Amino acid sequence: MKLRRDVFQAISDPTRRAIISLVALQALTPTAIAENFDYSRQTISKHIQILTECEILEQEQKGREIYYHLNPIGMKEIADFIEPFRIMWDDRFNRLEAVMKSRIHEHKK
Amino acid sequence: MEQKTNINAQEGKQELIITRAFDLPVELVYKAYTEAEFITQWMGTNVLKLENKSHGSYEFETSHEGNVMFKANGTIHKLISNQEIVRTFEMENMAIGVQLEFLNFEKITEDKSKLTIQIIYKSEKHRAEQLKLPFAYGLNMAHDKLEEILKPII
Repeated sequence: MKLRRDVFQAISDPTRRAIISLVALQALTPTAIAENFDYSRQTISKHIQILTECEILEQEQKGREIYYHLNPIGMKEIADFIEPFRIMWDDRFNRLEAVMKSRIHEHKK
Repeated sequence: MEQKTNINAQEGKQELIITRAFDLPVELVYKAYTEAEFITQWMGTNVLKLENKSHGSYEFETSHEGNVMFKANGTIHKLISNQEIVRTFEMENMAIGVQLEFLNFEKITEDKSKLTIQIIYKSEKHRAEQLKLPFAYGLNMAHDKLEEILKPII
């Protein structure tokens, strides 16, 4: 399961997660991605390379520019693609539980 | 420890099943979905409209510092108190499209219940767009937790 471990490594880094978040919204050139960070262009390129190797990002040639976009199919193959989505719902439901529990307590007062 | 919230997204399907065990009576979970006051509190969204009846509709809107960040709407197809809601849901200006939701509320004990939400998307691709969502929005918020989960694996 080499791919699996690589993907975990890919999303364990905060900068790479930030890149994923940016590219999830729209396809971007490496320059456009790098503009969002204070790191050197070289550092960002390295992160992009790792994400591409893990098949989280995909390259697309448009004219003279290379654009990167998120590869949902590649990520979908990994069960853990769902994990952030699950956490999002878990947080939401925890909030629901807390809101309704405080309601019970108010009633008992 | 067993997780309270589970997501089932089978390969090749255009549906998602979300299940959640609540330490709450089923009546309160149903209330959390049908009373504007509670929706606002747990979903963090303003409820512009909510008609709890067959063929009624609803509209949610979330603002941040005066700007509308998120709008959602849908039509309620069917409601059975403390048991079931069938509705459509659509986040405006998103690639996810309209989804059909079947919410099942189940009583387990007097103060425990289970919610099962079956969501059907237009296609598998639309479902993939939905799964991408936390990467665009919630991941930064959730990343500490994600790290906790990932640490033992890496």
